[in-house]
Amino acid sequence: MNIVSLAPLAVVLPFLGAALAFLLIRHSRSQRMVSISTLCITLVLELFLLQNAAENGATAVFIGDWMPPFGITLVVDQFSALMLVISTTVSLAVLVYATGQGIADNDEDGPISIFHPTYLILVGGVSNAFMSGDLFNLYVGFEILLTASYVLMTLGGTTQRIRAGVTYVVVSVVSSLLFLIAIGMIYAATGTINLADLAVKLGELDGSTQMMLHLMLLVAFGIKAAVFPLSFWLPDSYPTAPAPVTAVFAGLLTKVGVYAMVRTETLLFPGDRINTLLMVVAVLTMLVGILGALAQSDIKRMLSFTLVSHIGFMVFGLAISTVVGLSAAIFYVAHHITVQTSLFLVTGLIERRGGTANMDRLGGLAKLSPILAVLFFIPAMNLAGIPPFSGFLGKLGILQAGVELGTPMAYIAVAASVLTSLLTLLAIARVWNRAFWRRPEDALHPDPILLATKADGSAVRTSRRVNAEPTGRFAGRKPVNLLPRAMVGPTMGLLGVGVLLTVLAGPLFEISDNAARNMLERTDYIEAVLGEGSAP
Amino acid sequence: MSVNITLLVVMAALFAAGIYLLLERSLTRVLLGLILLANGANILLLSTGGRAGVAPLYSEDIPAGDYSDPLPQALILTSIVISFAVTSFMLGIIYRSWVLGRRDEVQDDMEDRRVASQGSFDAEDDGDVPEETTEFTPLEEAEEAPGSQNAGIIDLPADPKEPR
Repeated sequence: MNIVSLAPLAVVLPFLGAALAFLLIRHSRSQRMVSISTLCITLVLELFLLQNAAENGATAVFIGDWMPPFGITLVVDQFSALMLVISTTVSLAVLVYATGQGIADNDEDGPISIFHPTYLILVGGVSNAFMSGDLFNLYVGFEILLTASYVLMTLGGTTQRIRAGVTYVVVSVVSSLLFLIAIGMIYAATGTINLADLAVKLGELDGSTQMMLHLMLLVAFGIKAAVFPLSFWLPDSYPTAPAPVTAVFAGLLTKVGVYAMVRTETLLFPGDRINTLLMVVAVLTMLVGILGALAQSDIKRMLSFTLVSHIGFMVFGLAISTVVGLSAAIFYVAHHITVQTSLFLVTGLIERRGGTANMDRLGGLAKLSPILAVLFFIPAMNLAGIPPFSGFLGKLGILQAGVELGTPMAYIAVAASVLTSLLTLLAIARVWNRAFWRRPEDALHPDPILLATKADGSAVRTSRRVNAEPTGRFAGRKPVNLLPRAMVGPTMGLLGVGVLLTVLAGPLFEISDNAARNMLERTDYIEAVLGEGSAP
Repeated sequence: MSVNITLLVVMAALFAAGIYLLLERSLTRVLLGLILLANGANILLLSTGGRAGVAPLYSEDIPAGDYSDPLPQALILTSIVISFAVTSFMLGIIYRSWVLGRRDEVQDDMEDRRVASQGSFDAEDDGDVPEETTEFTPLEEAEEAPGSQNAGIIDLPADPKEPR
């Protein structure tokens, strides 16, 4: 039996885990055990899938033995297997972090018991979207992960979260409807929704019909991937959610949109008809995003804007559509998922240690908590693309491909990428200077927790001294540990994964090169689904 | 492929009304707009199946072309379930929004407004540098230097930008 026939378990296991976690809603300890072990088993399975995909290329599973193009098909190729492994690794780290937060706070931060089942459903939806071999199953995957994300976004139901949640839900529903309409149109035009079958049949349509279907899909995915000008909703809604939730959203949800864009561009609509458009969009996404980041004073909002900005790099890599460009884009997606998630996790820690994520109120963290400074510094430099980190390698690959392409638009996009990297460094340096380097007293309104000291003058470890303060984050609560090991540990682990991406860049680039080559040739994917000799 | 013109007209009307309602500021109307849009999309899916035929139960003496296309109906069924879930969730948060603020409207993001209205002057980046910025205080001043030890919570100086 081939390991790939177990691929549906990557979707089914999280769902079963969610059901079990829901039953155990009153037993938080066993609930944690169930959800963490579910993700561990899923991760092991996906590592096997990745190994198999790296050796044998694309493989398809036909659910219930309904033959394509009629039944539901799951396809695991190098790209989707890599995405599965990275996404589950990141989800696992965030889950452990969230669990640690729950333990440290004695679950004071809202109804955390609903968190575990919802989170597992989100992971299952993401896996489904990555493996799905037909458009409608992709739509269902999106809906599963979005519905779970609506619940996570409004966890606790505070005024802020409800306000942000409303915008988020409406925008997501509209993008899903656009996707559904596009599926209807595509079915009307070709009579199939199987991706491999579509790859063969879409080419037979006339150019303008193809273009219309292409752009409809692209707009739907563009909203989900937060590509300018469809990115307006993201910096508004993400920062209000709880820290672990924001972290996993920032890492995964937009990347599912990017994944769908890559699939559409390479498998369904090959060729370079809209590559110039994509490059213009990429340049605007990068520049508008990073300029927005520079204006923010809240670290979470700043990071949300850099998230939008760096989506532009992936779209640029995709728009180059050479093996080098696409491969670098794939590597960049993997890098960005890890680094953006770690940065949001660290921001959660900053918020805990400093009482706020507002840069105007922070200061002196480098002295108060050197470990926090290290935890922030490494992914921050990685995000800005400082050698030798993976961000640098990914960006270098994209720039190299852009220069090799050599069109005027490619050169403009290369210049914009370099500028964006520099401005990212500036945005990161502003956070560093304010939150970490200056003395707390120099902040405009320093948070009391930063100035609190123990009787012997050393920095405090719990919030005991400021719990009496009427305003502020810790008001009216039991004393909490400011930097619990259970939260620092997973952050360190994810940081380790980020560093590992740098160390393992060679083998990773090998996988992403193969993935890019196969995706541009298309035969591997089509033949895996429809059988030998069916590719055009 | 033949298309039913009634379905098309109904679909267009649903889309038009849905988009109009979606642009309102009142949340209940936005929700109604989303429901109409979802139903418009369902009718679109239905009409992609082509002409209506006999029920798609396989029988040897019916030629393949006489059946209705079952796939769009399966898709519609799924999409109805999904829009049902989303609608009930939306109703939940609209109610919550009403409970919290007695407002049935899309709210502004205050932080966004604040960032938009702030000037280009940034106290940290552009403000006057305090005369004395070094952390290495001379020995005789070290005793009364701010931030020195033994205070539980240090009182803020009246103006933190004041040179010390």
